[in-house]
Amino acid sequence: MAEAAIELVGINKSFGTVRANRDINLVIERGSILGIVGENGAGKSTLMSILYGFYQADSGEIKVGGKAVAIKTPNDAIAHGIGMVHQHFMLVENFTVIENVILGAEHEALLKSSIAKARSELERLEREYGLEVDPDAVIEELPVGLQQRVEILKALYRGAEILILDEPTGVLTPAEADHLFRILRQLKEQGKTIVLITHKLREIMAITDTVSVMRQGTVVATRETAKTTVEELAELMVGRRVLLRVEKGEARPGAVKLSVRNLTVRDSRGVTMVSDVSFDVRGGEIVGIAGVAGNGQSELIEAVSGIRRAVSGSVMLDGAAIEVTGHADPGELRDRGLAHVPEDRHHVGLVLAFEENENSILGYHDKQQYLNGPFLKIDAVRDDARRKIEKFDIRPPDCRLRTANFSGGNQQKIVLARELEQDPGVLIVGQPTRGVDVGAIEFIHKQLIAMRDRGKAVLLISVELDEIRSLSDRILVMFDGRVVGERGPDATEGELGLLMAGVESQEAAE
Amino acid sequence: MEFFEALINILNSTIRVSVPLLLACLAGLYSERAGIFDIGLEGKMLAGAFAGAAAAAVFGSAWIGLLVAVLVSVALALVHGFASITHRGNQIVSGVAINFIAAGSTIILGQAWFNQGGRTPSLTADGRFGAITLPFADQLRDVPVVGQIYSGLLSGHTLLAYLAFLAVPFTWWVLFRTRFGLRLRAVGENPAAVDTAGISVAWLRYRAVICTGVLTGLAGCYMSLSQNAGFVKDMTAGRGYIALAALIFAKWKPVPAMFACLLFGFLDALSIRLQGTPLPIVGKVPVQFMQALPYVLTVILLAGFIGKAIPPRAGGVPYVKER
Amino acid sequence: MSTPYTKLPAWADYGLIPLINLLVAFAGAGLVVLLVGENPFRAAAILVEGAFGSGTGIAYTLYYATNFIFTGLAVAVAFHCGLFNIGGEGQAYIAGLGVGVVCLAFDHILPWWLTFPLAILGAAISGALWALIPAYLQAKRGSHIVITTIMFNFIAASTMVYLLVGPLKPRGAMAPQTRQLVEGGQLPKLGWLLSDFGLTVRPSAPLNLSFLLALAMAFVVWLVVWRTRLGYEIRTMGHSSKAARYAGISETRIIIITMLISGALAGMMALNPIMGDQHNVSLDFVSGAGFVGIAVALMGRSHPAGIVPAAILFGMLYQGGAELAFEMPNISRDMIVIIQGLVILFAGALEHMFRPTVQAVFASFSPKSVGIAPPRAEGA
Repeated sequence: MAEAAIELVGINKSFGTVRANRDINLVIERGSILGIVGENGAGKSTLMSILYGFYQADSGEIKVGGKAVAIKTPNDAIAHGIGMVHQHFMLVENFTVIENVILGAEHEALLKSSIAKARSELERLEREYGLEVDPDAVIEELPVGLQQRVEILKALYRGAEILILDEPTGVLTPAEADHLFRILRQLKEQGKTIVLITHKLREIMAITDTVSVMRQGTVVATRETAKTTVEELAELMVGRRVLLRVEKGEARPGAVKLSVRNLTVRDSRGVTMVSDVSFDVRGGEIVGIAGVAGNGQSELIEAVSGIRRAVSGSVMLDGAAIEVTGHADPGELRDRGLAHVPEDRHHVGLVLAFEENENSILGYHDKQQYLNGPFLKIDAVRDDARRKIEKFDIRPPDCRLRTANFSGGNQQKIVLARELEQDPGVLIVGQPTRGVDVGAIEFIHKQLIAMRDRGKAVLLISVELDEIRSLSDRILVMFDGRVVGERGPDATEGELGLLMAGVESQEAAE
Repeated sequence: MEFFEALINILNSTIRVSVPLLLACLAGLYSERAGIFDIGLEGKMLAGAFAGAAAAAVFGSAWIGLLVAVLVSVALALVHGFASITHRGNQIVSGVAINFIAAGSTIILGQAWFNQGGRTPSLTADGRFGAITLPFADQLRDVPVVGQIYSGLLSGHTLLAYLAFLAVPFTWWVLFRTRFGLRLRAVGENPAAVDTAGISVAWLRYRAVICTGVLTGLAGCYMSLSQNAGFVKDMTAGRGYIALAALIFAKWKPVPAMFACLLFGFLDALSIRLQGTPLPIVGKVPVQFMQALPYVLTVILLAGFIGKAIPPRAGGVPYVKER
Repeated sequence: MSTPYTKLPAWADYGLIPLINLLVAFAGAGLVVLLVGENPFRAAAILVEGAFGSGTGIAYTLYYATNFIFTGLAVAVAFHCGLFNIGGEGQAYIAGLGVGVVCLAFDHILPWWLTFPLAILGAAISGALWALIPAYLQAKRGSHIVITTIMFNFIAASTMVYLLVGPLKPRGAMAPQTRQLVEGGQLPKLGWLLSDFGLTVRPSAPLNLSFLLALAMAFVVWLVVWRTRLGYEIRTMGHSSKAARYAGISETRIIIITMLISGALAGMMALNPIMGDQHNVSLDFVSGAGFVGIAVALMGRSHPAGIVPAAILFGMLYQGGAELAFEMPNISRDMIVIIQGLVILFAGALEHMFRPTVQAVFASFSPKSVGIAPPRAEGA
């Protein structure tokens, strides 16, 4: 066995009451590729940010080459030969490649010799690792794959011996990803140590030597890649948690209420996030969409609810089209009985600076029941809010309190009360219990089941697999912008985990 | 030949009125390229003009005036930095505040110290920067065209004027050929990239606003120690804003900034020159129209009708480390 | 920024912290007074005496306050939508044209009580129109409204100079201003109102009917912002454009409507000096009131109930400042400009500077009530 390049001993890190990392011990061997897998929020990125000096651990020790070191800033990390390729590239978009490479690593006040040195160094790196890129190209004109290569070059130029890559393939095409893996293997052969953070098990199997699985802030297992299977990893990743039992009867699906056909959506950078997705949601059923965050679920529900414009495709609500590729108006969709509990309640679903009662009409503020000509019927609004507070047990029961002062669970209840009390025919719910306390989770789940039992169509998006499994009557799995499979509510965690990690779809494609 | 002489004259006054614009515009360039918007150029320039004139009057030396002007202007720039870098306050609000503080205190202090209705005492030759005659300018005065341009247009300006125009290639060189310039441009585009590269975002931005302070100090100095022989209240009269307009017009680049300032200066010189004289074809152009033209042009530019002015991407946004 | 700040009792949030900011601003001004060799406390006493010591003083104070209520409301309405309208100065200046045209046309024919509503319309419409182009450019083309409104201030100044030295100047007159308005273009003075309280007010004191209009507008702004659907949409947009889109609110429409309202309010400021006091349209009649509005709005925390007292405070500074200049020749009315700047700096750009300290003090008394919230960890 080779010596340890890095050793993490007893690392702890809390953000407020959330323990992002607890008692983490990890050994990274020199000249190997270590994979770290885990669901969203398992603490992978936090751990690596500590290693790179972006955060400080509350306790614990970092050893580089056997010696304990203090890494307080990225500078310290760089000095110890640690380089990082961030998930969101840390590049200056209107700079050239070479300018980005030398930024922060210029060796004197004038750029000329730094540039000359970087140029020859880049040539060397290109020769040795096949990392070719035009040093004078401007970043924003390069494809994403090449931008990432610049990030790798930046780290290598700084003499990185240990390279951390955070979800490196998220933005890459399969061909680009394969190229990246070739590069990583080459780097390994040259004696570099590589840490690969990902949630895609296929990548782990394809390239790593060892793999550590993280769950809820701890490392739950470390395996030699050759001696494990995707099934085992998937199980370790999602864990054998006690399924939250939700009392629900048999679904009685009725007519199709929401019908999505060939929907394609791009994000603001022009990256295709949803490609050619089709599905139906019937009255009286809950359709859950499972998937690791960032695989297009957010953009999907934004397009369906009229917040984000789709590139192509169609959506029918109760048999009538929604102008998803044109000027769909969320207000008009509400009138047609489409309610939406957005994923981001802090910036989208609520205005935190508003009083509770003001948020209880957000989006419905133009309904006649709240208006008297141009004026808001403030008493009607507040009475209405008080009624919802009582019905949904929102605490504290004060409709004049600033929304920011409610707990996460109660904030979510405010949104839910608002949307459900309009008695919509179709309900789209994103991450209904994110940041919500256990007591409220049960309440929220019961409300969603009740909606279903009243014959409404519910489309549920959640990164919590438990939640999807306990609520849904049908489960769709999204990976890389596509629906890669449909399963019944009895699907096992391992089965869904594999789909979420893109394993089956990739095998089918190959 | 008479037309040519008139042209030389008008271009000469164009240069004179462009100098403070140019210095202030380059000042704004350093700050805004680093991602700190600065609508307080006007105030810093005014404070510099006052401080320079006051110190020059007291000590009888233009050089001491210059030093004090720069110090005062830098101090105000640091206030802006303190509010917008350290306390992540609103950069526009902070800039507005500095303009008012400068406008009020120059008058109050001027009146209190010198009792001349807000003016500083008239400066003697020692307290001012005199005109510099370039070598052989006098001998070449009568050589047609080349000589006239040399001695009538290029020669006879003050040190600060030459400095202002030298500051253009210098700024270009700093921005694009030095480590400081590279980092400065980077921090205005993507401070997170700078931070992860192990460079302090705050210290870098502070250095940028100090550069701004130095240059606005020089701009103020030029007005009170070169163009005029002392400080008059509100003597910058909106030049800080024109400089800001020129900066946008130049798309935050040094050489275009020079041309933008010369263009706006030319409009100014022309409007003084043409007061009341009818032009061929268009007839009499109201002087106010010429005065408003820089602002109108900037609005049209901002509207995206003549190319797009894309400000530094991180401009106006305080940097918060959390991801 | 949209990050919610840690909790403090409301009285600390809305009372204590603004008060600390204001005190620091005044301390800064006091320092300047010291610097010019005067006693700041005596200066303050003279100032207050000049502003409130006599009926005439109060009338002047309220006259100036009238201007600042209008411009303060203008800035505040835009703030509620997340917009910074620095163009109040220009909007008010151009509105002088609207008021002037109406008055010049009707002051011979109509009594003041008929001219006044027409002039209000003239002021509001011309002010609003001057705000329309920056608003449109912001909403449709993303041009930064701060820069465009600054530019429009200068364009307004040039336009008004051109008109006042040219077309609007009576033939043969020397001064760059319109002719004097006759009775139909003059608003009644309100000095008698103060006389009813037993104060003596010189008949020349300029407090006039537009003060009541300003108070009415403060109420209307409160009504619109907090009690109408439009105000609800404006505030939603101001806090979060994402929430606004989610709620089906059109960004373009709201930005334009808000700026029209803001421009109209700034424009109404023109009524006060033109119809209420000097009875003509003259060069630079706005004299910085548009900018004072920024300080007033920041100090009044964009709420009419805060703006009116803040405007009166600045009215006091203006009137008392004039008196101060008599008593202390070293201090002119420009002292107010410094105070204004310091208020903007401490109540605006540095508004949160003292918050951590205040929080720490509160926390040391009762750690629980402050509830210093842990930063949320997301996507760890």
